Amino acid sequence: MTNLLDLHDVSLSFKGVRALNALSFSVAKGEICALIGPNGAGKSSLLNVINGVYRADAGDIVFDGLRFEAIHPQKAARLGIGRTFQHNALFRRLTVRENVLVGLSRHGTASFFENIFRLGRDGAERHGFVARAERTMSFLGLARHAESIVSTLPYGLQKRVDLARALVSGPKLLLLDEPMAGMNQEEKEEMSRVIREVNRVFGSTVVLIEHDVGIVLNLASHVVVLDYGRKLADGAPDAVRKNPDVIAAYLGTIH
Amino acid sequence: MTTLQESAPSKPLRQPVFGIGTIAVVAGLIAAFAVPVLADDYWLSSIIIPMVIMGLAGIGLNLLMGYTGLVSIGSAAFMSIGAFSTYNLLLRAPFLPLPVVLILAGLIAAIAGVIFGLPALRIKGFYLSASTLGAQFFFEWLFTNFSWFSNDSQSLTISAPRLQILDYDLQSATGRYYLVIATTALLIALAFAIVKSRVGREWMAIRDMDVAASVIGIRVAHRKLLSFGISSFFLGIAGALWAFGYLGTADAHAFNLDKSFQILFIVIIGGVATIFGNFLGAAFIVLTPILLDRLSLVIDLSFLGDQGALANLQHIIFGTIIIVLLIKEPDGLSSLIKRGVAALRPQARSSG
Repeated sequence: MTNLLDLHDVSLSFKGVRALNALSFSVAKGEICALIGPNGAGKSSLLNVINGVYRADAGDIVFDGLRFEAIHPQKAARLGIGRTFQHNALFRRLTVRENVLVGLSRHGTASFFENIFRLGRDGAERHGFVARAERTMSFLGLARHAESIVSTLPYGLQKRVDLARALVSGPKLLLLDEPMAGMNQEEKEEMSRVIREVNRVFGSTVVLIEHDVGIVLNLASHVVVLDYGRKLADGAPDAVRKNPDVIAAYLGTIH
Repeated sequence: MTTLQESAPSKPLRQPVFGIGTIAVVAGLIAAFAVPVLADDYWLSSIIIPMVIMGLAGIGLNLLMGYTGLVSIGSAAFMSIGAFSTYNLLLRAPFLPLPVVLILAGLIAAIAGVIFGLPALRIKGFYLSASTLGAQFFFEWLFTNFSWFSNDSQSLTISAPRLQILDYDLQSATGRYYLVIATTALLIALAFAIVKSRVGREWMAIRDMDVAASVIGIRVAHRKLLSFGISSFFLGIAGALWAFGYLGTADAHAFNLDKSFQILFIVIIGGVATIFGNFLGAAFIVLTPILLDRLSLVIDLSFLGDQGALANLQHIIFGTIIIVLLIKEPDGLSSLIKRGVAALRPQARSSG
């Protein structure tokens, strides 16, 4: 299998605090890779480095054959890196449909002049966008809520809108920052099913952060364990489960 | 994407041809064109024309502030650019018809807007508003210190050389009203087209969460500058109308910081991220002082002090009304009216 994403010795610090310490790992095309580790292990920082919200101090990243040390978030989006957020970062005063439509921005071809006056490429773009948004919303069970203002929806549905907004543009790599945070067991299972479907149907490679080790070991085909910005273990779920370092540092203390 | 089993229910996206919206637009246009029949010259010149123009300026600021989330307190500067550009174009390029001149003046204001919008790529919030204040002071200084802009007139004032479209003279109150209302109607339609387009959606996304907007692939810098440009285009045309459709003769001080704050109040009172709300805000700003004036003629308040004290009292009352309104109705008059309409319709579903 070829790799979609390779990280080489990536380091990041905030005012002297090391968030990531010479971290290297690879994500194969088409897999579901889970990042686990205690709070403060550097998981979210890692996602932020991959899609350019943060700039690494050292090391480089190869995504889909393109090598970079730092990347602008918009460029990352254009390359096909989609992203959801730990704390919902939805466009709260827009409807569900508008949120999902905005997720397609990177595919926009019409100029602002064409968009405003409905000329030239605007028609095709408009119809294409609406069709893709409708498909994604019905795929994630959001079609009923298309006209609702996002901030009025319950938390679980907002998480889905966040996923829909990232998914609609057909990303090659989908970074999910705690997609199941705050959910009960049943909702987590449902979200797992959705993520598996997304991976299968849309063909997106998934990198996700999740604290519930039970859920993660069932969902992911590849697990990377972080602790204090360092990689503790990296491999198939079964191998990671049996790794003594992981048991000592993390798994043993929770389950 | 194409392999999805579930296919979305395809909803009709366009409204029926003669929907309520179309009827309202037609009725509104007819009413707008009938106004001069019902109102006398005083009402047209002193109340309706300034109200409509200030509402238009409110739309200009609202596109920037309400839709894109960028606060500016330099709106009047862009109005003055529109006014001085119109004056110079009419004077120096007399072959250009008035509508073309107004569009060009708007575009000149738009260019200035983009330039003074550049700080928005680095700073936000209060710091950005402070930097828009720079535009306010710069252009007032420019137009008072370089008399070329006012064709070397002694008083540094500009007055409309000619106000006509195809030999039709627009100098009368009715003529100026039609110029103002037709321009405003077209720009309202443009404003709706913008906010309903992909551009408007991306503006609102930037307003609500700019990091997420960037991560999604929205060209945040481009969209912010575009917002400054389009906002200033509206303000520039509003400024030209203010100078020549309302005042007749103007100088740079007609577009001072006071005017910028008035436009800011119009947006806040009328309703942020609305189009028609700006006209409610403008009506409030224009009518309330007049009402207070009339009221003081009816009720004898001379025991409170002399004329000067009474004028100050009016300002205090005006300010108090604004404060009370904003506490009771932070989303502005337009949401008050929306809820009023909803309350009148007993079966109406509450919008999500």
